[in-house]
Amino acid sequence: MAILMLDLAKYDSLGAALRDALARWPAEVCLIEADRDKERSRLAYRQFGEAAETVAAALEDSGFAVGERAAIIMTNQPKWLISAYAVFFAGGVLVPLDYKLSAAEHLQLLAHSKAQILFVEYPLWRAITLAPEFSQHKLRKVLVSEAPPNADLAGGLRWEEFRGACSPEFRPRTRKDTACIVYSSGTGGHPRGCVLTHDNYLEQCAAVTPVFPFWPGAHYLSIIPTNHAIDFMGGFLMPFTGGGTVVHLRTLRPEFIREAFTKYKITYMAVVPLILKNLQRGLREKFAALPPGKRKMLDALIGVNRALTRGKPRPGLSRMLLKEIHKAFGGGLQALLVGGAFTEPATIEFFHDIGIPIYNGYGCTEACTAITLNDLRPFRPDTVGKPVRGMEIRIAQPDADGIGEVAVRSKTVMSEYLDDPEMTAETIVNGWLMTGDLGRVDTTGHLQLFGRKKNMIVTAEGKNIYPEDVENNFEGIAVKEFCVFAENYIWPQHTMTGEKLVLVLHPEPGQSVNGALIQELSRRNSQLLNYKRVSGYIVWDQDFTRNAAMKIRRVILAGQIGKQLDRSAMVSL
Amino acid sequence: MKTIMKTIEQTTDEVLNLAAAHFKVPRAELQPGDDFYKKLGIDSLQALELLTRLENHFGVELPDYEVQGVSDFHTLATRIQTRL
Repeated sequence: MAILMLDLAKYDSLGAALRDALARWPAEVCLIEADRDKERSRLAYRQFGEAAETVAAALEDSGFAVGERAAIIMTNQPKWLISAYAVFFAGGVLVPLDYKLSAAEHLQLLAHSKAQILFVEYPLWRAITLAPEFSQHKLRKVLVSEAPPNADLAGGLRWEEFRGACSPEFRPRTRKDTACIVYSSGTGGHPRGCVLTHDNYLEQCAAVTPVFPFWPGAHYLSIIPTNHAIDFMGGFLMPFTGGGTVVHLRTLRPEFIREAFTKYKITYMAVVPLILKNLQRGLREKFAALPPGKRKMLDALIGVNRALTRGKPRPGLSRMLLKEIHKAFGGGLQALLVGGAFTEPATIEFFHDIGIPIYNGYGCTEACTAITLNDLRPFRPDTVGKPVRGMEIRIAQPDADGIGEVAVRSKTVMSEYLDDPEMTAETIVNGWLMTGDLGRVDTTGHLQLFGRKKNMIVTAEGKNIYPEDVENNFEGIAVKEFCVFAENYIWPQHTMTGEKLVLVLHPEPGQSVNGALIQELSRRNSQLLNYKRVSGYIVWDQDFTRNAAMKIRRVILAGQIGKQLDRSAMVSL
Repeated sequence: MKTIMKTIEQTTDEVLNLAAAHFKVPRAELQPGDDFYKKLGIDSLQALELLTRLENHFGVELPDYEVQGVSDFHTLATRIQTRL
């Protein structure tokens, strides 16, 4: 198949590349919006361009300046991408925010990013307007989508009515200009706003699309939130550069995800490990329900497929051997891309055995998405693959086993953390991005990961949680002092799954930790979103080591606790 | 036809019955104030699966965002109750 993807080397900005994509495939289907089992809309590339340009015109009419910041808080849907392209068209900087954050967190990140414009869905906007911090927002214009007819928009305008009078002017940007500010995590006083340039994105997209090419008719199922680097790349930039179709599913209900595979003949889907495990569970239940004879036959066919696909995926053969399973995945699936968090090799192996190619990889927002990718040639589920094109990897200060901190140098590395030179200097050292993850490169060039050097956890949903961000929620509890650590930061171990947070309590002299205090800890903990909760607490009877500015010296404190207590000291909350 | 409105207690009770049946745990172990993630040992996608079961049972439709941040049975029942 001749694939005529855009040659991204020719472009200086995302806006310019996307504009050419719209012109190249005017009649191809660009976006499909599905909600549960219903299809809401279909847009061709030409229609997408027309819709976005009217928004860009309205932005320009409203005095939107080149380099001005516009945030988006929306679930996965066409208006997300239309708004984003309008911002790029008008020369702006996009601030994609996670719609799953709380209203207070949204307001905090809007303030931190200094966004002047906000594109937001009505239910999310309604929650934001009810937050106590709402009165302090500095937004100049808020465009609210899908608001009911008589809704109070609290100063916002309807997205659907935000239309410019004239044709907008395309405002060129250079590769060095900022394209997006993406928060890799971190609310609670320490936001990590990754400043990513047009160059970062164009280089990353050019490196990854040869592995996952798009063409008119190729369908990407978008379910990872689009603010996430993976979906922004896989569910926006990559399909657009090849004339592909993005299917937005406005629910994460597993049954509708499964249905979408067959309904839309999905070619690619990016998932986080949590979704992959859910798919695996569903398949296992189906296998278990088969009559013994059929089950035996299935196991035999899986064995044959496993043996024949060890060296490389053979989708045609797998589809023939395991027809029924592949039919359930739509029959046209080229790859499931799994990222956002570490995936257990056994899960990857399960899918590989039934001939569903799972491409796992390793990346981070700071490097604009993917750093390594497993090309399945041969299948190596024990690794996260080899560096993608243009990525240089170095293992800093390796120990006797060759394990050290993974450092990355490439054109995709962010320029800085927004307004945080100190954290930037700690993270980008002599041009190398210090990832805080521990790894080893084997003799075949595959990267293997062995836990973290930094004090943070990543959940199976792909959420990065920094303990400092959770601490705010326990402020004022009746102890002398407290802090939160990643359990593996205190007691290092070579794993990246099942990570937990632990609360360290230092009581007042003579104070015992019981009754009312534990109740209060549980209450505070339950106020946090479920994936941010601490798993338990430990009692520590010594003063926390602090620096001259009275900040906790976490490395030293974790070392002290790790030496004197073991994991069994943790009491569940 | 006269429709008899369920009380929140009845709705909560039915939510607990369905959760117990769906995740195969003894009904007596579940209380309205329980954190269902913790008590049932489930993840957010399994919680959405439960939600679909509840929607079918009560004949209501709840968008995913309505249950974002909800983690106890009683609050879940309250969200359903407002749509009955």
